[in-house]
Amino acid sequence: MPDASAVLAELVRDEGRRVLATLIRTTGSMTIAEDAVQEAAISALEHWPRDGIPDNPRAWLTTVARRKAVDAIRREAARGDKEVRAMDLTGGPADVPDSVVRDDELRLVFTCCHPALSLATQTTLSLTTLCGLTVADAARLMLTSETAMARRLTRAKHKIAVAGIPYRIPPDPDLPERLGAVATTVYLLFTAGVAGGDAPVRPQLCDEAIRLGRLLVDLMPDESSLQGLLALMLLTDARRETRADAEGELVLIVDQDRSRWDPALIAEGAALVDGALRRSRHRAGRFELEAAIAACHATAKTYAETDWTDIIALYDRLLEVTPTDVVRLNRAVAIGERDGARAGLDELDRLSGLDRFHLWHACRAELLVRLGHDREAASAYARAKACDPPAAERRFIERRLGELTA
Amino acid sequence: MTQYAAIIYSHDGDWTSPEEAETTKAYAEFSENQAAVIRGGAALHPTSTATVVRVEGGRGGDVLTTDGPFVEAREILSGFYLIEADDLDSAVAIAAQIPGAWDGAVELRPVVQFG
Repeated sequence: MPDASAVLAELVRDEGRRVLATLIRTTGSMTIAEDAVQEAAISALEHWPRDGIPDNPRAWLTTVARRKAVDAIRREAARGDKEVRAMDLTGGPADVPDSVVRDDELRLVFTCCHPALSLATQTTLSLTTLCGLTVADAARLMLTSETAMARRLTRAKHKIAVAGIPYRIPPDPDLPERLGAVATTVYLLFTAGVAGGDAPVRPQLCDEAIRLGRLLVDLMPDESSLQGLLALMLLTDARRETRADAEGELVLIVDQDRSRWDPALIAEGAALVDGALRRSRHRAGRFELEAAIAACHATAKTYAETDWTDIIALYDRLLEVTPTDVVRLNRAVAIGERDGARAGLDELDRLSGLDRFHLWHACRAELLVRLGHDREAASAYARAKACDPPAAERRFIERRLGELTA
Repeated sequence: MTQYAAIIYSHDGDWTSPEEAETTKAYAEFSENQAAVIRGGAALHPTSTATVVRVEGGRGGDVLTTDGPFVEAREILSGFYLIEADDLDSAVAIAAQIPGAWDGAVELRPVVQFG
C-alpha cells in the first residue's frame, strides 16, 4: 500500500500533465505553461494535504495554473497581443472536457517527438513535458547534470517557438511516419533504462517509458504499433529481476529463474500482442513482431518448451521489416535451438559481414561448445572479446573462456 | 506566420548553362507553383566564381581576398528562397518541392524579425 503523500504526488503529476497540455495550446508558450503548471502543482501539494483533495483536482489545477499563466503573461506583457491572450485565458470553465484534453495531450506528444528535434532532445522533452518529471529527476535518469539538462530544455523550447514546430496532430498521410518516430523515442528511453554494461540499470527510466507507452495506447487505442511497443516493454520488464544475478552479472534467458518473472506483466503483454497482431494482420511492424517474439519466450513454461518454430516464423517476418544483423543473428540462434547446434552454426556461418560483431562470435562459440569443439569455441570467445563488447558482456565472455580453458 | 530561409545545398552547377536546363525548368515550376509563399530568393553562380573577403585584425584592417568558396564541400550553397509558412511542417512540405532537395539538401532557418 503506497503512502498517502506518494498517491497525492502521483495525482498531481498525472493531472498536471493534462493541464499542461491544454495550457500550452491556450497560452501558445511551452515555457509559460510549464512554469504555471509547476507553480500550481507546488500549491496543490501544499494545500491538498491540509484542506483535502478537491472534488475535481484537474479543474482546481487548471484554475490555479491559468491564474499563474496570466500573471506571467502580464508581467512580461510589453506586447498588445499577449494582453489579449491573457484576457482569453481567464474566461471559460476550468472543467475542460476530456476529449479536448485528450487532443491536447496528443498534440503535445507529436510536438515533443518532432523529427526536427534531436533524439536526445525528444527523450528529454518526453521525460519532463510528457511524463511530468522535474528537470533534476530527468537529469538523474539520463545520467547528465541538471544544468546540462536545463540548457537542453531551454534550447528545445526556443527552437519549438522560433522554428515554428507545430502543436498539432499530424495529418493522416504523415501519421504512420510520425507515430514511428514517437514509438522509437519511447523505446529508446526504455532500452536506456535496461542497458547494462558500464551504465547502471535504471528501472525508474523503464517505468517512465512504460508510463509513456500506456499513455500512447490510451490516446491512440487503434494503433497496433503502439500496442506492440507497450507489450514489448512489459514483456521485457517482466524479466527485469532475473536478467542479472546477485553480483549484477548477466544471466542468459536459458538460465533465468522463470518463477521470478512477473506473471501479471506477462499476461498483460501477451494480451496486447494478440490484439496488436490481430489489428495489424500481415502488416505488422517491428514492435508488434518483436513483442510477439518476446511473448513466445515469456509464456514458455520452460526453456525447452519454447516454441522455436513460431519464433523463427516471426523472425522471418521481422527480417522483411527490419533487415538488421541483430535480427539475422537471433534468427540463426533460434534455428540452432530448434534444429540442433550444427544447423545453427551453418546458419550463423552463412551470415556475412558480422566479423566485427561480438555477439556473432559469442553465438558461434556457444554452439561450438555444444558440438564439443572446445578449442574452436575458445578461439571464437577470444575473438568476441577482441571486438570490445560492453562491460557486462565482456565479463560473461571471460567467464565462459575461463570454464573452457580450466 | 513564420518566415524561413530555405538554403539550398546542391551540386556545384552553372544554372545558366544548357546542361542545367532541366534543373532550372524545375526551379521555374517551383517558383510558379509556390509564388504565394515565396518572398524572395536568389540562385548563385558556381563556386568557381566565388571570392572570400576577410578583414585582418577587425574593422579597418587589411582586406584579405582569396579565391574559392568559404567551405569546400561536395554539396555547396547554390541558392536560397525566403518563404513564409504557418509552421515548420508547412515549411518542410514546401522545401521538399525545391529541386535542390531532391539530389542535395535544403536547410530551413527561421528568419529573425527585429523590432
